[in-house]
Amino acid sequence: MTRKGRIVKISGSMIAVEFKEFVLQNEVAYIIHGEERLKSEVIRIRGNIAELQVYENTDGVKVGDSVEFTGELLSVELGPGLLGQIFDGLQNPLTLLAERFGFFLKRGAYLKALSEESLWEFTPLVKKGDKVKAGDKLGFVPEKIFKHYIMVPFAFSGVFEIESIVEKGSYNLRQPIAHLKDKEQRTQEVFLKQSWPVKIPIRAYRERLLPEKTLVTKMRLIDSLFPVALGGTYCIPGPFGSGKTVLQQLISRHAEVDIVIIAACGERAGEVVETLKTFPQITDPRTARPLSDRTVIICNTSSMPVASRESSVYTAVTIAEYYRQMGLNVLLLADSTSRWAQAMREISGRLEEIPGEEAFPAYLESRIASFYERAGSVRLNDGTVASVTIGGTVSPAGGNFEEPVTQATLKVVGAFLGLSRERAEARKYPAIDPLISWSKYKSFIDEDKVRYLHTVLRRANEISQMMKVVGEEGITLEDYVDSLKGEFFDFVYLQQNAFDPIDEATPQERQKHVFDFIYHKVIKEDFALQDKEQALKFFQKLRQLFKSWNSEAWQSEGFVSLEKEIKIFLDEKKRVKSNHV
Amino acid sequence: MYKVYTEILEIAGDVITVEAENVGYAEIAEVISSLGTSLAQVIRLEGNKVFLQVFAGSKGISTGDKVRFLGHPLRVASGEALLGRIFNGTGLPRDKGPSLSEQVVEIGGPPVNPVKRLIPHKLVHTGIPLIDLFNSLVESQKIPIFSIPGEPYNELLARIAVQAEMDIIILGGMGLKYDDYLFFRNILEEKNAFGRTVFFVHTASDPIVECLLVPDISVAVAEDFALKGKRVLVLLTDMTNFCDALKEISITMEQIPSNRGYPGDLYTQLAKRYEKAVDFEGAGSITIISVTTMPGDDVTHPIPDNTGYITEGQFYLKNKAIEPFGSLSRLRQQVNATTRSDHRTLMDTMIQLFAQYRETLEKRAMGFKMTDWDKKLLRYGAMFEKRMMSLEVNLPLKEALDLGWQILADCFKPEETGIKLSLIEEYWPKK
Repeated sequence: MTRKGRIVKISGSMIAVEFKEFVLQNEVAYIIHGEERLKSEVIRIRGNIAELQVYENTDGVKVGDSVEFTGELLSVELGPGLLGQIFDGLQNPLTLLAERFGFFLKRGAYLKALSEESLWEFTPLVKKGDKVKAGDKLGFVPEKIFKHYIMVPFAFSGVFEIESIVEKGSYNLRQPIAHLKDKEQRTQEVFLKQSWPVKIPIRAYRERLLPEKTLVTKMRLIDSLFPVALGGTYCIPGPFGSGKTVLQQLISRHAEVDIVIIAACGERAGEVVETLKTFPQITDPRTARPLSDRTVIICNTSSMPVASRESSVYTAVTIAEYYRQMGLNVLLLADSTSRWAQAMREISGRLEEIPGEEAFPAYLESRIASFYERAGSVRLNDGTVASVTIGGTVSPAGGNFEEPVTQATLKVVGAFLGLSRERAEARKYPAIDPLISWSKYKSFIDEDKVRYLHTVLRRANEISQMMKVVGEEGITLEDYVDSLKGEFFDFVYLQQNAFDPIDEATPQERQKHVFDFIYHKVIKEDFALQDKEQALKFFQKLRQLFKSWNSEAWQSEGFVSLEKEIKIFLDEKKRVKSNHV
Repeated sequence: MYKVYTEILEIAGDVITVEAENVGYAEIAEVISSLGTSLAQVIRLEGNKVFLQVFAGSKGISTGDKVRFLGHPLRVASGEALLGRIFNGTGLPRDKGPSLSEQVVEIGGPPVNPVKRLIPHKLVHTGIPLIDLFNSLVESQKIPIFSIPGEPYNELLARIAVQAEMDIIILGGMGLKYDDYLFFRNILEEKNAFGRTVFFVHTASDPIVECLLVPDISVAVAEDFALKGKRVLVLLTDMTNFCDALKEISITMEQIPSNRGYPGDLYTQLAKRYEKAVDFEGAGSITIISVTTMPGDDVTHPIPDNTGYITEGQFYLKNKAIEPFGSLSRLRQQVNATTRSDHRTLMDTMIQLFAQYRETLEKRAMGFKMTDWDKKLLRYGAMFEKRMMSLEVNLPLKEALDLGWQILADCFKPEETGIKLSLIEEYWPKK
């Protein structure tokens, strides 16, 4: 028998419902409005009144309309068929919705996330009598390029014995593939899919590990100076127009991970569309398959209901954890976590909670922290190491990093890639400001050299600040050359042309090679330059040579010959050390 | 048929409360008072209490006045009959024409399914080099003109509208001065665009709630045209007035303000309107250009700040020219790869050099000695401002590109620009 309630109050996407029996905190309920069933979630209970946030527009809903409680927490379906899909924040498949309902998102129209009819070729890995526990692999089905492991449901607690398991063959999502027996001899059915409540982390692994391996993003500025680790977290705060989304898009394309989950949360639909439409067309150089084959997109853009925007990041991270359980390295890109925080603020406001800073709810920090804490490198039950890396953009109000969302995020992430408006306006991309950013992770470039380059950049900045006060004539030639060196490193190495097919992504080997080249042959070198004008000309020419070098494919003929040319050019200007042989 | 309620319990701000049953959220009602009839919308339901926001304001409403619920959400007539006409924020005629009730469409309809959108890909030529060359406008883009009072933003808006050659123009005026409205009408008439234009005008002296409805009604009508295959250009001026109306009403409604008095959902409210910009797969499109006047020329003020996060860039109008820094079209890379092979490099190089010119200006202002390089930059900057930036320049894109190379060649040697050799060989003007 379903428990029911009656609406007594409506204010935007928030309703109050009077109920008779009991309700669960965070359980899903449906408003019955004529033919429509509108999904909502219990978020506060007082006496016999439950307050619910509605994942839909509430226009036309009336006081007195009936509400059905489901007894289930907001959950997602996990199983083969997720890869390549585009979901909204509640895991509705948007492509199917479009086929069914056309241009617009029809209110109250929900479809199954995974096709129940599709057949999957299942290969068992266990046999009758084996002992298993939550997260253990029972078998696998092929999904795109991966072995999609079918695991003991994460909600099963304790040790189970395999009572039966099906033979290798084709099964759909509705056919049980195994029966497991618990200690009390009760039998449970297992299917190719399972469901999991989005707000609870999946913890079916042996232990958490320290994130140590560098995640190669192929962005030189990130990998060489402010690296991210597999299983780590990073944030990209920046004012509007500084290139957060473009940066995330580039990372989603080039990062060396198995699976990318993109959570487009409360941002522009136009940008998501680009990802949606281009990913199936772009070939992933590592797999020679379309990029969309290893991507799941959660798309809840700014004009879609605000409550499902709030849940979209949880939906995304749950799917990420699911694939991690199979032994894969997953990267979750959330754009933008500020919109998610704002959704919390809107809901909190409707609940008339006492506001914290800038009207954000008091629990803002703990929610942000527990979201990023779902990243991590783990050792699974079978010993495999797998990871979820989370990268979130932050859109600080007024571009001011002091605001609550940025500050709360900085407390919990391992790398901070701060974008600056000045750099963006000067067309220096990526506009990550090397003077304010930091990372707690290790790069594949020698630590001492990285540290030295940081000082070079800081020194160059100091000199150029000084020049603003005392003028070019007020500083020594030595200082002038130092500032040119810093600028040169910034221009040819830190900046990367996203529209140049070669320059847009630099593999690890090339980064090491070029970084060393610049370090030894330019930064550490002493050049025989007569005056400032000659110095400027020298570096301008060098810059131009490097720009061309950046556009040549790694180890191609052009690459090798330009490297030679640059070496000759540099050697000509090298100061000959008198007592050296 | 419709029940009429006479007991008004409470009047606070422009919100009245009545007791009524079977009323839907966001439903429309008529409030009939001695001053006439106004529409009102349900904004909260609590038990049998219904809170209504009165569009014409609560002035002159008595507790004995009648309220009649219409049983439907806010609607507006749409279609060809609207062309060349002028309406207020609730869709009633402001000109002498008849009121319309054909082809009604609902206001504030559902969002577009993202998978049914097309990637923006059609360049809109405006003849303004700072837009076409440096910040290309793209069909279905949503982009504001950031400016301050006193700048010719409405002139710029009108010029883009006329030169962009769209099928339908919808002008939503919020807190518009009557002079401005006349200006738009005259210029559109002059350029033979009046017959394909619909005006929704809220002037500074009209009730504040009507101001809130202007963007909604404008995009609702635009959407109807777009679904019928038309390329629609929506002009919204000035969105700052819309946000201030939102602030006024939310504070009256005792909502907790978040930043400088603006409601916490300002972003969502703006996004709901701006996100209507779309290129439909298999139908028309909506492009939105708006005006956001920045209080105190402060881009970090909540209005331009929230706007900037939603829109696809902005044109920053300052000192009667589009400022290269601060202006950005996020969609330009969708179109500027296919115009000409030098477009992107030229765009970046000219801006980088212009940035150095600005630094040199600072240096000069502080009295430092100008080096040869500085002198070159000064010459370049002056030329750029005069021949590219000035709003008086009207050039097709290809000519603007050629002009760009000419300016570079007049001021610099090829290697001073940092442009890669292959492009220099192809485009550097031969003496």
